[in-house]
Amino acid sequence: MSSTLSPPAETSSPLPENGAASAGERPGELIATGFDDRETVIRPPSGWPFPDFRELWQFRDLLSLLTLRSIAVRYRQSVLGVGWAIVRPVVSVLIFTLIFGKAAGFEDDLPSGVAYPVFAFLGLVPWMFFAAALGGTVQSVVGGSDMLTKVYFPRLVLPLSNLGVAAVDLGIQIVLVALLMAWYRIVPTAAIVALPAFLLLTALAALAGGLSLTALNVKYRDVGQAVPFFVQAGMYLSPVIYPPTFIPEKWSALYYLNPMAGAIEGVRWSVLGTDPPQWGYVGLSVVTTLALLAGGLIYFKRTESTFADVI
Amino acid sequence: MSAAALRVAGLGKRYQLGLTHAGSLSEAASRLTRRLRGLPPVEAPVDAAPGTDPADKKGDFWALKDLSFEVQPGEVVGVIGRNGAGKSTLLKILSRVTSPTVGEVRVRGRVGSLLEVGTGFHPELTGRENVYMNATLLGMSKREVRAKLDEIVDFSGVEKFLDTPVKRYSSGMKVRLGFAVAAHLEPEVLIVDEVLSVGDAEFQRKCLGKMKDVAGEGRTVLFVSHNASAVRELTSRALLLSGGAVIQDGPTSDVLSFYRDSSTRGDGNVRSAERAFSGLSGQLRLLEARVEQEEVPFGGSIRAELEIESAILAGEYTVGITIFSQNDQPVASGFSPSISPPAPGSTGAAGIEISALRLAPGNYHCTVSLCDARSHSTLLHDSISNTLSFAVVGYPVGVGRWMQGWGGVALNLVLSDAGGTRTGKIRHASPVLVGRGVAPNRCA
Repeated sequence: MSSTLSPPAETSSPLPENGAASAGERPGELIATGFDDRETVIRPPSGWPFPDFRELWQFRDLLSLLTLRSIAVRYRQSVLGVGWAIVRPVVSVLIFTLIFGKAAGFEDDLPSGVAYPVFAFLGLVPWMFFAAALGGTVQSVVGGSDMLTKVYFPRLVLPLSNLGVAAVDLGIQIVLVALLMAWYRIVPTAAIVALPAFLLLTALAALAGGLSLTALNVKYRDVGQAVPFFVQAGMYLSPVIYPPTFIPEKWSALYYLNPMAGAIEGVRWSVLGTDPPQWGYVGLSVVTTLALLAGGLIYFKRTESTFADVI
Repeated sequence: MSAAALRVAGLGKRYQLGLTHAGSLSEAASRLTRRLRGLPPVEAPVDAAPGTDPADKKGDFWALKDLSFEVQPGEVVGVIGRNGAGKSTLLKILSRVTSPTVGEVRVRGRVGSLLEVGTGFHPELTGRENVYMNATLLGMSKREVRAKLDEIVDFSGVEKFLDTPVKRYSSGMKVRLGFAVAAHLEPEVLIVDEVLSVGDAEFQRKCLGKMKDVAGEGRTVLFVSHNASAVRELTSRALLLSGGAVIQDGPTSDVLSFYRDSSTRGDGNVRSAERAFSGLSGQLRLLEARVEQEEVPFGGSIRAELEIESAILAGEYTVGITIFSQNDQPVASGFSPSISPPAPGSTGAAGIEISALRLAPGNYHCTVSLCDARSHSTLLHDSISNTLSFAVVGYPVGVGRWMQGWGGVALNLVLSDAGGTRTGKIRHASPVLVGRGVAPNRCA
């Protein structure tokens, strides 16, 4: 049959009729070719869907490739490239030191032996990580609309893949922190082992906000506009440029509802080894983060089935 | 293997017409209060539980309605229908890009859906990186891609540019690379949208060949196309969708001919048919338009019978005919010599012959217009679209098929120097090139 249907002048083509035969000749391919008998059921969404982590795990390769893609795309045609990860915090810390450290006098409230630039830097690094991760995740679903409308994959991959880009900058900035500490001759204590936990808390906080906001951004693009502004404002509600002792005690409980308050405090403590933060308050930040994360995850899963229709 | 590869039951999909986003804040607020009071939301194409009556609002649109069918493993099924019949929505649901409002689909095995080639390609990334990207997006693992990379690259024919960013690729190269990935997906159920409409004929041929292979391996293929000849060639069974439901299901040739008949006014009566243009003079009116035979052999001619009513005294007129392909693309037009109209208040007939149709095989329909002969076609008496449907069957001599990318008209290529003696390379005995089976566009 195929001979009558194929057009003339077949010879130059590498393909067709031998496709099935060649697959059989190479035994390695039979595994991939084997029939898969699993049944997929497609139904209207109902109730409160729970994220399918097993499926997410199956798509881990996609997650890693999307992460790499975002990183590559970000740096490939940039002259300064990763240099931006250094320039931005350094310039910011210089400004902070002059304005808030010297002029506003936050310097005097710091724990003894901590220079303001180090203090500000250790606030800014987790904050910038949070801001970048949140900004990236918020845009992730709309930014992935070309894939979203054509192919099925776990939609959670999109926001998750944007965490990686922020993490690259974070990695560079951690090196910068180490250099800065060496310059100021600060030796980390055993508390440093807690650093990853607090960075994870930062990532979760960004994801917690990002999940619901990116889902909301599909419907209302205002969200994408508003987030950078509120992130900017949020920096002043977090202990980035001032120590948390600056906050009156009676407001502390409210203050630490901000997930980043606990995260930044934790990062500072684990790196500098100064007086530990008040664990009750850090715990409060952790609880809000987890609650927001659960809420974000549920909202995301609940709306994801309409992404392709609404976007 | 006895179970169906694909079972669609009572599938429905509702869209809201108008704004695609939720609109005003007050709407959002009313939705929220409904939810807080425990009432079902009235908005959005979701949330209608099966069995309940999904609150139909004005402005709701059911793109699919109570759609049911089954496909057995190894079957290759074509899905046809006019624009808006629900084909794309069906594919989107089957690909799990969007979810149904009601109903259920059960699919056995891995689903590979090809709503587009090269999804996820990023211009900054190299061809190789994009192959990995696209393949994992379609559900392959990195390990699988690595194992098949050579084959994929081979198939695509872009190996020289594999480490060049895709933004430097021609669009054809991108499409080839994208299809190469998709072709090696090896799913149990392959869902293909109009991908054949992109790319050149060479690419289309390759796609068809690969899809035949896929079908030959006992995999299930669901193939959506406007291209009737591709559907006829590739599939044995076809579904005709209309208004979001399956209205015909059977052997491809039957469904295709039913489609052709149903898509136009079969009885030829166009008296009350909707007119496509406003500003018609109404001096002359078409009452009937029919073709003598609905199947025309390639290269043959077609005779149309028109019945025309004259309301008031009109000058001489001409008949203008535009032939449209099945996907509503104009293919050719022509005007008849001047004809004297029937006396006012009476009707008359006109026979028009369109001679020697070198139209590509496929289904066609026409727009027929009556124009005033003196004002050079600017005064329009009447115009009817979607009438005079016919099919061109058969192929130019020696060409065993006709690809969509080859266009709508078969050229008659004749060697200008009979025998081709000037260049010793041409060995054709016959002077007609088309008849020699050299696909014309392979030269490019």
